[in-house]
Amino acid sequence: MTTATVKSTPAATPAARVPVPRVLAPAALAVSALSCVFAVWTAATLWQAAPDQGGWAWTLRAVAVIGGLAALAVLRPATEAIRRSGRARAAAAVPGRIAEARAEAADAREAAQVAAGSSLAVVVLTLLAVFLLANDHAVQATFFSPEAISSSFRNVTEAFGTNVFIAVAAEALVLVWGLVLAVAKLAPGRAGRPLRWLATAYIDVFRAVPSIVIIYLIGFGLPLAQIPGLSSLTPTWAAIFALTLTYGAYVAEVYRSGIDSIHWSQTAAARSLGLSHARTLRHVVVPQAVRRVTPPLLNDFIGLQKDTALVTVIGTIDAFNQAKIYASNEFNLSSVTVVAALFVVITIPQTRFADRLLARGASGKDS
Amino acid sequence: MAFLTIEGIRKSYGGHEVLRGLDLTVEQHQVVTLIGASGCGKSTLLRCINALEEIDGGRIVLDGDPISGRGVDVDRLRRDVGIVFQHYNLFPHMDVLRNITLAPTVLGRSGKEEAEARAMELLKRIGLADKATALPDRLSGGQQQRVAIVRALAMRPRLLLLDEITSALDPELVAEVLSIVRDLAEDGMTMLLATHEMGFARDVAHKVCFLHQGTVLEEGPPEQIFGAPEQERTKAFLQQIVEAGRL
Repeated sequence: MTTATVKSTPAATPAARVPVPRVLAPAALAVSALSCVFAVWTAATLWQAAPDQGGWAWTLRAVAVIGGLAALAVLRPATEAIRRSGRARAAAAVPGRIAEARAEAADAREAAQVAAGSSLAVVVLTLLAVFLLANDHAVQATFFSPEAISSSFRNVTEAFGTNVFIAVAAEALVLVWGLVLAVAKLAPGRAGRPLRWLATAYIDVFRAVPSIVIIYLIGFGLPLAQIPGLSSLTPTWAAIFALTLTYGAYVAEVYRSGIDSIHWSQTAAARSLGLSHARTLRHVVVPQAVRRVTPPLLNDFIGLQKDTALVTVIGTIDAFNQAKIYASNEFNLSSVTVVAALFVVITIPQTRFADRLLARGASGKDS
Repeated sequence: MAFLTIEGIRKSYGGHEVLRGLDLTVEQHQVVTLIGASGCGKSTLLRCINALEEIDGGRIVLDGDPISGRGVDVDRLRRDVGIVFQHYNLFPHMDVLRNITLAPTVLGRSGKEEAEARAMELLKRIGLADKATALPDRLSGGQQQRVAIVRALAMRPRLLLLDEITSALDPELVAEVLSIVRDLAEDGMTMLLATHEMGFARDVAHKVCFLHQGTVLEEGPPEQIFGAPEQERTKAFLQQIVEAGRL
C-alpha cells in the first residue's frame, strides 16, 4: 500500500524541473550585441580621429582595432548560453536525461551571466574612450598628450622623490608617535587621568583638522614663533612634522584598537607573574597588538603617502608642484596625469600586500 | 599564625556581593582545595589573593605580611604568589621557553642563561623538553596547561593558586596535568586550588573547603567532607556530583 501511495504522488514533469534560462539567455545575447555595436562604432570613430601620420597615429589605430575586436569576444558566452539552453530543453524532454539537462541548463545560466557581466565591462571601457574622444578629443589632448607627458615625465618623477622621502620619514616618526599617544590614552588609574585626557584631546583635535590646514599652520606658523630649531625647518621637514602630527592621531587609534583587542586574560597572566603595567604592555600586549593592526596601519600609510601632495601649499617642490609648473607653462594637464600614475604605481602593491595580510590574518592562528 | 590567613574578605561586582566575609587559612606545605557550585566565589577568592582583584573589606596576610589594602607592592607580591588559570593564558607570540623565562629575566630574578637552564630542567620534569621552541598553539590543551604551571613555578613562588586548571581540558588530558600537581604536593609546595575534580581533591588535599554564597560553609579533612558532611548544603552538592558520576 505504501508503494501505491508513493507511486500515486503527482510528480512534476521532468521538463518542469529543469531551470532553463528562458529569458536570461536571450537577454544576455541582446545586451552583448548592443554593447558590441557601441564598442565597434566607437572604435571606428577613434580610427577616423587618428592623425594622418606619426607613431601616435598608428598607436591610436591599433587601440581602435584591438579594442573593437576584443569587444566582440562577449558574443561568445552569449551564443553559448543560447546553444546550451537549446540542448537543455532537448534533454529535458527525454525522461532518463534529466541530470544532463540540468547540467546544461546550469552551464547556460552561467554563460549568460558571464556575457552580461562582460558586456558591462565593454560598455564602461567604451564610455571612457568616448569621454576621451569627446569635443574633438579635448580630454585626451589635455590630460594624455604624449608630448606633454614625455617632456614633464623626468622632472616630475624626480620631484616625486620628495614625496617618497616625506612619506617614509613621516611613517617612521608616526609609528613611534602613534604608539606613545596610544599608551598615554591607556594610562591606568587615577594617576593616569591627566595623561589620558591630554592624549584624548590631542587625538580628537588632530583627527578633526584637515591635514592641509595642519601643513599650512606648521609651514607658515612655526617660522613666526621663532622657536630655535623648529622655526628654521625646511619646507620638506615642516611637511614631515605636520604629517606626523596628523597621522600620529590616526595611528594612535589604530594601535589602541589593537591593544583593546588583546584579551584581558593575557594581561592577567602577565601581571600575575609580577610584570608591571608598562612591562606587560611592552612584552605581552603591544607585540600581539602590532601584528593585528598591520593591515589598517598600512591603509593609514597609504593615506599619508597621498597627503604628501598637499605639501604644495607651503612651497615644497614635490611631484604635484612640479607638475603644476609644467601645466601652467604648457597649458596642458598631462604632467598631472604623470603624478597620478606615479601614486598609483606605488600604492597598488601596498594595497595588495595589505589585502594579503588581512586574508592571512582571517585564516590565521590568532582566532 | 598560619602561612596564609584570610579574614572576613568581601568583594562585590556592581551590586552583587560575591565574597561575603570569607575566612580561610592555609598552612605551609599544605594543599587546600576549594569546592562548590559555579558562582560560589572560588575563582574570585583566588584572584583576590594575588591582587588581580581588589578586595572591598577584610584582610589577607601572607607569612605575617599584610598583602591586601592600599600601598601594597602588588608586583612584588605576585612574585611570591603564582596563579595558573583555567584557560592557560600562555603568550601566543612567544615560544614555550620564552613563556617560561620572560618573567624571571625581565624582573631580574635571574640571568638569561640561568633562567633558560631552569626552564629546561622544569620542562624535562614534565616531559616537554622537546617542545621548548614550539609556539603554544602547536601544543595540546594538556601540554599548554603543563607549560602554564611551569611558567608560574619559574618565579619560585611560595604559594601557588590553581584556578580550575583542568576544567577546559578534554577528559583524556586531565590526568597528565593532575599528576604534576600531585608531584608538587609531594615536594611540599603550598597550594590553594579550586577544582571540580572531586576524586583528585579527595586524594591530594590536606583540607577541603566547601564554599557557598561567598563564605566557607564547611571545611575539614577530605575524609570528613566527602565521607560525613555535616551541612545540608554540602550533602546536596556532593549528592549532585555523585549523580553526575563525577565522584
